[in-house]
Amino acid sequence: MRDDVPGNTLSVSRRTLLAGIASLPVLAMMGQPLLASDYPTATVNTTGLAVTDDTVKVGILHSVTGTMAISETGSVQAEKLAIEQINAAGGVLGRKIEFIQEDGASDWPTFAEKAKKLLVQDKAAAVFGCWTSASRKAVLPVFEQYNGMLYYPTFYEGLEESPNVIYTGQEATQQILAGIDWVVKEKGAKSFYLLGSDYIWPRTSNKIARKHIEKLGLEVVGEEYYPLGHTQFNSVINKIKLRKPDVIYAIVVGGSNVAFYKQLKAAGIDLAKEKPLLLTISVTEDEILGIGGENMAGAYAMMKYFQSLDNDNNKAFVEAFKKMWGDNIVIGDVTQAAYLGPWLWKAAVEKAGSFDIDKVKAASPGIELTTAPEGYVKIHDNHHLWSKARVGRAKLDGQYEVVYETSDLMEPDPFPEGYQ
Amino acid sequence: MIGDYTFGEFTSILAMQGFAGLILFSVFVLMALGLAIIFGQMGVINMAHGEFMILGAYVTYICSHIVTEYVPGLFPVYFFIAMALAFVAAFALGVLVEWGMIRFLYRRPLDTLLATWGLSLILQQVYRSVFGAREVGVTLPDWMMGSIALTDMIEIPINGLFVMALTLIVSFAVYFILFRSAWGKQVRAVLQNRVMAGAVGINTKRVDALTFGLGCGIAGIAGSAFTMIGSTGPTAGQLYIVDTFLVVVFGGAGSLIGTIASAFTISQAQSTMEFFMSGSMAKVLTLLTVVGILMLRPQGLFTLNIRR
Repeated sequence: MRDDVPGNTLSVSRRTLLAGIASLPVLAMMGQPLLASDYPTATVNTTGLAVTDDTVKVGILHSVTGTMAISETGSVQAEKLAIEQINAAGGVLGRKIEFIQEDGASDWPTFAEKAKKLLVQDKAAAVFGCWTSASRKAVLPVFEQYNGMLYYPTFYEGLEESPNVIYTGQEATQQILAGIDWVVKEKGAKSFYLLGSDYIWPRTSNKIARKHIEKLGLEVVGEEYYPLGHTQFNSVINKIKLRKPDVIYAIVVGGSNVAFYKQLKAAGIDLAKEKPLLLTISVTEDEILGIGGENMAGAYAMMKYFQSLDNDNNKAFVEAFKKMWGDNIVIGDVTQAAYLGPWLWKAAVEKAGSFDIDKVKAASPGIELTTAPEGYVKIHDNHHLWSKARVGRAKLDGQYEVVYETSDLMEPDPFPEGYQ
Repeated sequence: MIGDYTFGEFTSILAMQGFAGLILFSVFVLMALGLAIIFGQMGVINMAHGEFMILGAYVTYICSHIVTEYVPGLFPVYFFIAMALAFVAAFALGVLVEWGMIRFLYRRPLDTLLATWGLSLILQQVYRSVFGAREVGVTLPDWMMGSIALTDMIEIPINGLFVMALTLIVSFAVYFILFRSAWGKQVRAVLQNRVMAGAVGINTKRVDALTFGLGCGIAGIAGSAFTMIGSTGPTAGQLYIVDTFLVVVFGGAGSLIGTIASAFTISQAQSTMEFFMSGSMAKVLTLLTVVGILMLRPQGLFTLNIRR
């Protein structure tokens, strides 16, 4: 699949890449608006989707109530921002996007029900939504049965590939492998302590991490899981102190996250000293709001996007986001991935010259986005994105400083051989 | 297990692990006391207990903001003010809820379960609408965040000591109020025989309202203290509710000593097992043990002999 790698953007250094991006006119994002009159509704919509001469309806399906609202709020905001910007630039095939927002209420059957409503009753041309793997698994049969398009933003464990879903976040290997290689090479890490909340994503991710660590000939000195919502981590912190690993590799999520980092600090493990060093794939800028920058400072996170990324796309994105949602807001990895959804859909529709789901599906692989805040992304044949992997170091103010990024785009590999 | 470690390492781990168990014990007692009062003394199953705790946490959050904004000089000690205000806020809300809802349900304990569960959903959504769906970070004074290093290996978290001290104070306060004050005598009288208590001139309705308020107020203090070790978000209360009920039921409803004994048993069992196996397995084994003991002693560890 190497010949799939997009052009020479890969080999250029970061500096020239940035300069290249900077030289692009900002309005390139907007492009030349297409006129609806050039694309008669009868030809661009042959399957009865909610497309008129001047509007097209899409769905936003996230939890705005319930436990997951904490995480999903950012995605909703990003998707609304993208839709507003697309409309300001002339819409999709000359049609303004109108969104219908449904609340999955952190309840998986509700997600399935609302997905069905969006597809069957509202005839949504695309749906941007879901956050947890459980909610995605719940809506998947609905999207496949009624042939809808779902743009799913979260980094996740992989092991899935549906023609009806575009995965705009990273699958596990894209998120993990480069970061571990970096910590081994740059920090000389030899031993790892794997820790996670007890459900599929941390377990699958840790399996991949463990295989990779062992392939490198290094040692995993502990691996364990705590129930979701666990709030007392003193025992595991003691165990970590005893085993003295070079790296704590943590995938703790939700409210447990806050408890874990606060107690780690209280137990005298200063992450800034990097003894041991902490590496995580579950703490974005969003989570640090709850954890507190002073408890997180010095930890490393493996993501594809950080709010502090220094490129013109991202600067414009952060500014627009703050203008729409307030100055105090922070933007995490998933929020950026959610922002890509509407733009990727627009590009696919305009490439296909049609809103028909089957044509959008066929047009999607190969779609590039040079205006993505994370830099450049491209849709792979397996419906995941080519994207760079980055490592950031948490600062006191709750932002990450990017300390490493891969020079090449990472190929998405949802079914990694040798890692299962 | 011992083989890989030196004797010194092993003893320091024992010490630290014992201390971790004590912290867990304090946390359990603090979160269960309020519920034990409400459940034990009034027979009300308060599913909204966690939300009362989070009310305390949000009060602390608001205090930290006001103090940093207007009186930064007070910041090192604001936490004590915040805890007092958390108590007042949760107490007031508790009395209000008792007056508006609970007093109609005293003879129907299962209905209190449903009603308070509904209340917990309402409160969660109120928090979400007011404070936003995201978790908020409560900034703590520096002196509360570090640890005291006794030796190279043994480090005692200051917030752990703080929670332990607080639990001691609150426990003694509750003991004093319920067993050494005139009002406590009234509470116990109402518990033992409501009709008779009314007949001798005790205002049972007022006692009910204040008891419920007291339970909620203690939950507020607990929530305020837990901003040091846990998260503050609209649904964070749900993290505590299961453990809280576990402690109260296992201890035997109605017995405060039982609650404390049960918190001690569960916390020690859990932290010991957590050291030797994965956290999830430790939890499973703890719950199995509790189920086993409850099969032998359905009434819990301790019971009061009351004429119902």
